[in-house]
Amino acid sequence: MPLRLDVRPSATGGESDFELALDVPSDLGYVGPAVELIADRFKGGVLSPRRVRFNLRTALAEALANAIAYGNRHDPRRLVHVRVEAGRDAVHIHVTDAGAGFDPAVVPDPTLPGRLEREDGRGLFVLRSLVDHVAFSAAGNSICLTLRAG
Amino acid sequence: MSFSLTKNKSGVVVVGVDGQLIVGNRQDLKQKVLDALDGGARKFVIDFTKTGYIDSSGLGVLVSLSKKIREQGGDLRLAGLNEDLQTLFELTKLDTLFAIAKTPAEALAAF
Repeated sequence: MPLRLDVRPSATGGESDFELALDVPSDLGYVGPAVELIADRFKGGVLSPRRVRFNLRTALAEALANAIAYGNRHDPRRLVHVRVEAGRDAVHIHVTDAGAGFDPAVVPDPTLPGRLEREDGRGLFVLRSLVDHVAFSAAGNSICLTLRAG
Repeated sequence: MSFSLTKNKSGVVVVGVDGQLIVGNRQDLKQKVLDALDGGARKFVIDFTKTGYIDSSGLGVLVSLSKKIREQGGDLRLAGLNEDLQTLFELTKLDTLFAIAKTPAEALAAF
């Protein structure tokens, strides 16, 4: 299924404001292409090229992979919905899956000595380290990443 | 995005990561390195000079490969991390698990 990015001016009407919407099938092979499709829209925008190259790409890849693997459990009938609100001061990225949600408070710290050599369990930690703010919906199946301008 | 493997005269395999190392391509890297390990290679350098970003799955595959290589009496070293990637390794404390050199040449010289 080809990815189709929906781009529209923001309802707030600012020059640098726009909104993006993208549905991503629950297949991890789509993570890289989806990240590139969205990151390409930020060339010359409110985020520095370095933050787009690294922070935005990595955090979005983490959020998508979590939604596909843990939220939608790789179910091909389910989609992950991505909505991006880009404004003059910040970029908000909402990633929503169709799963039952989870409690982020119970995810263990992957940097503890006993967990350091594990292959998995770093996603949420990495994501939190790379953006300015992370918020979860009450149900735990939607995450909002905020990157402030700069 | 792609991975390139070259073996130098001393038998060290240098793996170049072009683009990104993420959930969608990590198995490809893992298989290429494991094939080289099966083929008798024991010394590896992963070169991130041309790498834009690495996600937690990419980090995880490096941890797993390092363990497997050590079990075979080998050694895996990392090189060419830019400032952001170096910070990622520090934040996750993976800088304590890996030998990290500034350049591939430095990593090769350290074997």
